[in-house]
Amino acid sequence: MMFPDPGAWSCPLPLRDYPNIVVGHGGGGKLTAELIAHLFAPAFALPSQALGDAAVLDLAGGRLAFSTDSFVVRPLFFPGGSIGELAVNGTVNDLAMVGARPAYLTTGFIIEEGMPMDQLAAIVAHMAEAAQAAGVRIVAGDTKVVDKGHGDGVFINTTGVGFIPDGVALGPQRVQAGDVVLLSGTIGDHGMAIMSVREGLQFEAAIRSDTAPLHGLAAAMLDVGRQAIHALRDPTRGGLAAVLNEVAAAAQVGIQIDERTVPVTPEVQSACELLGLDPLYVANEGKLAAFVAPEAADEVLARMRSHPLGRQSAIIGQVTAQPAGLVVARTPIGGTRIVPMPIGEQLPRIC
Amino acid sequence: MRYLSEFRDSAIARRLAAEIRRLVTRPWTIMEVCGGQTHSIIRNGIDQLLPAEIELIHGPGCPVCVTPVALIDKALAIASRPEVIFCSFGDMLRVPGSHQDLFRVRSEGGDVRVVYSPLDAVAIARSNPRRQVVFFGIGFETTAPANAMAIVQARRQGLANFSVLISHVLVPPAIEAILNSPANRVRAFLAAGHVCSVMGYWQYLPLAERYGVPIVVTGFEPLDILEGIRRAVMQLETGRAGVENAYPRAVTREGNQPAQQLLAEVFEVTDRAWRGIGVIPGSGWRLREAYREFDAEARFDLACIQSHESPICRSGDVLQGQLKPNECPAFGRQCTPRTPLGATMVSSEGACAAYYNYGRLTSTPTPLTMPQSATPDPVNQ
Repeated sequence: MMFPDPGAWSCPLPLRDYPNIVVGHGGGGKLTAELIAHLFAPAFALPSQALGDAAVLDLAGGRLAFSTDSFVVRPLFFPGGSIGELAVNGTVNDLAMVGARPAYLTTGFIIEEGMPMDQLAAIVAHMAEAAQAAGVRIVAGDTKVVDKGHGDGVFINTTGVGFIPDGVALGPQRVQAGDVVLLSGTIGDHGMAIMSVREGLQFEAAIRSDTAPLHGLAAAMLDVGRQAIHALRDPTRGGLAAVLNEVAAAAQVGIQIDERTVPVTPEVQSACELLGLDPLYVANEGKLAAFVAPEAADEVLARMRSHPLGRQSAIIGQVTAQPAGLVVARTPIGGTRIVPMPIGEQLPRIC
Repeated sequence: MRYLSEFRDSAIARRLAAEIRRLVTRPWTIMEVCGGQTHSIIRNGIDQLLPAEIELIHGPGCPVCVTPVALIDKALAIASRPEVIFCSFGDMLRVPGSHQDLFRVRSEGGDVRVVYSPLDAVAIARSNPRRQVVFFGIGFETTAPANAMAIVQARRQGLANFSVLISHVLVPPAIEAILNSPANRVRAFLAAGHVCSVMGYWQYLPLAERYGVPIVVTGFEPLDILEGIRRAVMQLETGRAGVENAYPRAVTREGNQPAQQLLAEVFEVTDRAWRGIGVIPGSGWRLREAYREFDAEARFDLACIQSHESPICRSGDVLQGQLKPNECPAFGRQCTPRTPLGATMVSSEGACAAYYNYGRLTSTPTPLTMPQSATPDPVNQ
């Protein structure tokens, strides 16, 4: 077995700062990007730039989207869903973001010794319901059990394939100055729903996870015209801020948003204020951001609003040539601020 | 009253900014003391609405930023012990000590937990009787009552496994230290509204009188801050120097009496070192003798910790308002939120982090144009 040689990394400094994995390496921000760019991408000979949500594979007779995702959420059950729905919808959405029609999933369970059987059964039932709702079949799987204390209830991996219709080519590299940025609804619901039931932090709020399969919404948008939509991203961990920064960096464009136009429910806004969090950085599991040619934006928006998962869709900003690589927000009182890439986890403020 | 949207109204914000422009006849330097105000100013772009004559200086009111590196090193040493569950507010985890931070301690096996209240740490101590539970009790007068309450409750519950690593600091001595500095340029202060909600504002009356400096008790929302600045400018332009309360929905002259009684019961005034500034006499609280058994510094052997600061970090000058973050030679080069040299680059309330995260655009020449078609979504209204 070959292990990567730390001395041979193209830019070893960022990782050498960290002799051990820290939680932030899974936060979807800069630390995650560094781990991918300096460890995984070189080891697997992947292009280090513009890794999308799913790989697009050219096969004889068509193109296949291929993606994998692992789910380690705690608690396993939360308002609006469970790890079961997340595991199906998460991979379905990764496929949908490259314009694919999701078809098949495989799943791997890593279960901690002592996990109550009825909980596992409930999670599996949620997966089955979510798969049926999304129109995908779970066709293969694997189960491993680890000693008590070596897991956290259950970890689930899903890998999925989907078919990409002819003429659909989505990707951050297609985003260009002038594009309009659309968002399919309120942000922060999933992250704050999880927060509201975390140990030591229960607060009374009717916030539910937004977990949902987005391929139907994406297909409705692509119906407007396959060239009209340049890129789709689902803002999961790291939130809307992370995906906007990823696109800005990959396409070397500026992205300007107007904070007043970004939908946030009053409950999520209040919970974020209470904890000193910024909704732009809070996770979503059933929303997408779209980068659309300006002449098609109104029609795409109308199509989104007529879909059940896009009723609160809004135009939130636009793509500019400069400042390349930066995301800038106009604040509610009319100032501006930079929306930086998150580093690791967002940390609640002290007071 | 919804408490958020009505204090972020852009039309009123523009009116207040216009009023400030109308009042100003000459340059004035105003310090907002509290890191929460700095955060709000930069995040909302409030400074961009002000006339060029008004210079805002970001004061030493971020508890994360002023906690000395020696104390961070003590926290790291305690958190590394196998019998300890170390509980902290989230934004202390990335503050660098001499060699590492609490995140690193956690990745090396330390049991470091983020809590949202010191009472959570008391609950953890109760349910883990065989572990030593230590809470990192930092902060200004704002967080002190909850920490005092945690200690009182731990005693009531007979918890012998609970202790607190205390580094409480006080605002009025810090303001006085700034006013006594020969390099001081500050002509008016926005006092920290939440500190005053606990302590009242009577402590500031002698300061305003002795030093002839206007002090305006100010809140944290954009309109609160603009109103605080407007009142400070009004005093400066008319030659007055008094204490005004621009945050009456939260602050009274006398403050929160039960909280103050609790603080007096548990804490006594002591000298404190401030990171980057040095020791300010009478600028902090420590546990009274009667509560010393809950002092983590007494419970654990913390001798022979060698601490050292980054030699190129100038956070002390930033905290005293003598240097803007982006004027520091290390800013954005050796020192970024990813690789912070000082705590002011770590905390979201820290002036350097606020500049780095939200203010970088000031160095780029492109004017901003926003999409005109974007209409506010009804969900936000």
